[in-house]
Amino acid sequence: MTTTTTTTVPAAGGRGTPGRRGVRLRARAAWLVLPATALLLVFFFYPIATIVWRSFTEPRTGLGNYTALLHDGVSVKVLVRTLVTALIVAASTLVIAYPYAYAMTRVGARARGVLTMIVLLPFWTSLMARNFAWYMLEQRGGPIERLLGAVGFDGVVLLGTVPGVTLAMVQVMLPFMVLPLYSGMEGIDRRLLDAAGSLGAPRWRAFARVYLPLSVPGVLSGFSLVFIMTLGFYITPALLGSPQQSLVSQVIGERVNRLLDFGGAGALGGVLLAVTLVVLFAVSRVARPARALGGAVGHE
Amino acid sequence: MSDTSGGRQGGRDGGLGWGLRTAVALTVLLLITPTVVVIPMSFSGADTFQFPPESWSLRWYRSFFGSEKWMYALLTSVQIGLLVAACATVLGVAVALGLNRSRFRGLGAVRTLMTAPMIMPGIVVAVAVYGVFIRWQLNGTAVGFVIAHTVLALPFVVTAVSTSLAGYDRTMDVAAATLGATAWTTFVRITVPLVAPGVLSGFAFAFVTSLDEVVVALFLQTPDIQTLPVQMYNSITLEIDPTIAAASSLMVTATTLVLLVPQFVRRERRTR
Repeated sequence: MTTTTTTTVPAAGGRGTPGRRGVRLRARAAWLVLPATALLLVFFFYPIATIVWRSFTEPRTGLGNYTALLHDGVSVKVLVRTLVTALIVAASTLVIAYPYAYAMTRVGARARGVLTMIVLLPFWTSLMARNFAWYMLEQRGGPIERLLGAVGFDGVVLLGTVPGVTLAMVQVMLPFMVLPLYSGMEGIDRRLLDAAGSLGAPRWRAFARVYLPLSVPGVLSGFSLVFIMTLGFYITPALLGSPQQSLVSQVIGERVNRLLDFGGAGALGGVLLAVTLVVLFAVSRVARPARALGGAVGHE
Repeated sequence: MSDTSGGRQGGRDGGLGWGLRTAVALTVLLLITPTVVVIPMSFSGADTFQFPPESWSLRWYRSFFGSEKWMYALLTSVQIGLLVAACATVLGVAVALGLNRSRFRGLGAVRTLMTAPMIMPGIVVAVAVYGVFIRWQLNGTAVGFVIAHTVLALPFVVTAVSTSLAGYDRTMDVAAATLGATAWTTFVRITVPLVAPGVLSGFAFAFVTSLDEVVVALFLQTPDIQTLPVQMYNSITLEIDPTIAAASSLMVTATTLVLLVPQFVRRERRTR
């Protein structure tokens, strides 16, 4: 029995050296993933499959819910607004996070520790607290309105507008951009820049022609991650947005909460899922967004 | 290493240019400000969300600790959080060990499966889980909350433990075995102490994930069972109750502490 199971033992490491019990422990190790896998299949993938299924079957079997999206005059607008917002959020976080992640690779260990902490603390500290903070900052008579008033833009209230939602989302999503960028940049060999320099390239050109292309996988990871997460973000639009300028997540929430319309909500959710899978597939050759996020928990 | 001072090309490389410094400083400000402004707000003496506050008091803390509703929400959240942390840690450690210590067909698929809850659109997950939980009569139950949050917390535990397992030198096991240790002894005396910091981090991440989770909780809530973030959400949308400022400050402080503890334990062990 033990001899047949040895085939499943990894080739690397101390193969064959430990006693029989060790070998059996390893062969059994594969079964350890079963309970969690079963949990995810039943309580995560089955529900998602169900909601997609219901979008095709409730109230009637067919594509009714999807054609309704095209013809109700609102859904398409909402979807486009959501996609545009997600693109703006992803692009803004990229512009803000790129220099930050770059700086993280350029400073000493101590400073890097501090910069990492500064990214991770908001990542892990209460989402509700941060959304509440933005609510205070953006409200009528709040600090942002007064600040803008002081420089000549009177009466700009961000609360209840898409730009207000966008601003808060950029802050909430920043860590999801910084971490993949940093983990990508960490692996770039800086001697290539020196090589470019010694061949006569000015610093900016060495950066643009050598460093920038090498950082693309990190950029794609971060960009796709932030884009996808922004699409499905509920709390920030629900608290800071307006019902007149709603994003997809608000409409989905509304349909389920007020109307118990799982078919219609499922159709909108199905569109979000499809976009998510397309984006993940498109970047899968060069980037693994979810894995790049490991930095949030796996850093030393 | 190769670019310390020296030639003109590398001259500025030693430090950061002023442009980069300014960009980093502004980003730090953007990252930190919203987390920090809730703290002065919580000491406001006014009945509104006005910021900065015009007068100061401890009334919102008194209101938080004196309110049955808020205390019940806090208790619910902590209980669910601890159960989630326990379940996710047990399941997550098993997964990490399984992925690290075996090779089988579908290993890559399991890995991808485990990360899925981190990136699927949040609203879709919430509505999907809600839809199924209504049928299974799990919405509004502690079991329902614990299951849903365990699913969401699992990826963080798997990642944290996998990272510490990746840095684990397997020749230690071999050394223990050649010295006559059984597999079980090796596991208890070598593996567990080496992996413990990763497990502790995983536990902390799982607890915080559950404590902080709003979207699924908003859908699963009933008047009988509400977590702290749900109560916070309601206090903005339904009641305009500044007690949320005190709750936010406490949450920010608590999560920071919970997450810093494993860091310090790790450092302590390293210096020992």
